[in-house]
Amino acid sequence: MTFVRNQWYVAAYATELGRNLLARTILGEPIVLFRANSGRPVALADRCVHRHYPLSQSQLVENTIVCGYHGFTYGTDGRCVAVPGQQRIPRTARVTCYPVAELDSFVWVWIGDPDRADATLIPRAPWLADGRYTTVAGMEPLAARYGLLVDNLLDLSHETYLHGGYIGTPEVADTPITTEVDEERGIIRVSRRMADAACPPFYAQSTGITGRIVRWQDIEYHPPCLYLLHSRVAPAGVLPSPDGTDPDGFHVEVVYAITPSTGTSTYDFWAVARDFALGDEAVSTFLHDSNRTVVLQDVAALNTLEQVVAAEPPGLQELSINIDTGGLAARRMLARMAAGEPAPVPAAAR
Amino acid sequence: MTVTQPEQATGTVFRIDWVPGTDRLLGTCHCGARGEQEDPALMWDWLLAHPDHG
Repeated sequence: MTFVRNQWYVAAYATELGRNLLARTILGEPIVLFRANSGRPVALADRCVHRHYPLSQSQLVENTIVCGYHGFTYGTDGRCVAVPGQQRIPRTARVTCYPVAELDSFVWVWIGDPDRADATLIPRAPWLADGRYTTVAGMEPLAARYGLLVDNLLDLSHETYLHGGYIGTPEVADTPITTEVDEERGIIRVSRRMADAACPPFYAQSTGITGRIVRWQDIEYHPPCLYLLHSRVAPAGVLPSPDGTDPDGFHVEVVYAITPSTGTSTYDFWAVARDFALGDEAVSTFLHDSNRTVVLQDVAALNTLEQVVAAEPPGLQELSINIDTGGLAARRMLARMAAGEPAPVPAAAR
Repeated sequence: MTVTQPEQATGTVFRIDWVPGTDRLLGTCHCGARGEQEDPALMWDWLLAHPDHG
């Protein structure tokens, strides 16, 4: 599957970065991440120019990385500032320095032409760093191409079958969806509104609702990396007020960052932000463990599927039905972006 | 707390509604053209052929 370059990707949670050296491979590029003395996040190519030793397995000394093999020393801009045993530093001695932005609890890295890096293009997930929400989060490595995770998340009917007993109920697969492609802004929306559905344990135990529910799933996918699921549950018959306030609804913002690592591996960042039971540790533990279980069910299925797909001849026919409308839209938009068509214009720039 | 509304759409939106109680898909182009299909791939082909919806 082709990568989409000239885009921002989530490389890590902000909490993962400190005065340690963190290795991540993004779109096939090995990157080392750390914080400078000032606290600013830094992302450099994770290979010394000399003999390509990983800088992530080297030493962070003040604002420099000293290569753990022969001591080539790099500043936070990637420029080599010292080499062993000689005064002259070769002109080409520098490693790539990636544009970085820290936003909404994520560390984003720009993969592509640095002159095109514009932080206003980064799609937002504001709930993750908003005190009015309590968030649980994690990251699971996936041994599968990122397109399989995009397919998975754009078609939630699989919840009924793969995640029964956690988040799936029969109504998810049975309820028709509405799909929109916003060409100008580069967003795919898939909406599934269930008026009278069973309450799965994920929501029953966290909200305390015992009966049937209204369940809304409004997906907003900002390809290639950010996936948002605005989830609303409430007792059956309870809807938001006409003015948009929703005192009797429970809102969960489910966020995924889909970051391709190699052609057959992906970082599956996931977060669940809620506007109820704020700070309740028991609810946080339950939602964390439940969602992680669900993510690991996806990981197991997609790892299996990767093996199947990798062994198939190219272009083998699939069969798509109505539930795939959103997934097909995402595939088309990703293919267009990978072909180098212009990136969407950010809302703030219009 | 209020319910989160997805970002406001621009004027260039293709929409596919799965008609409740049926297997039919109803596509609406940003130009106002509407068409029906039972296959999502064909539905997207029809929509994205804009302005040549045929």
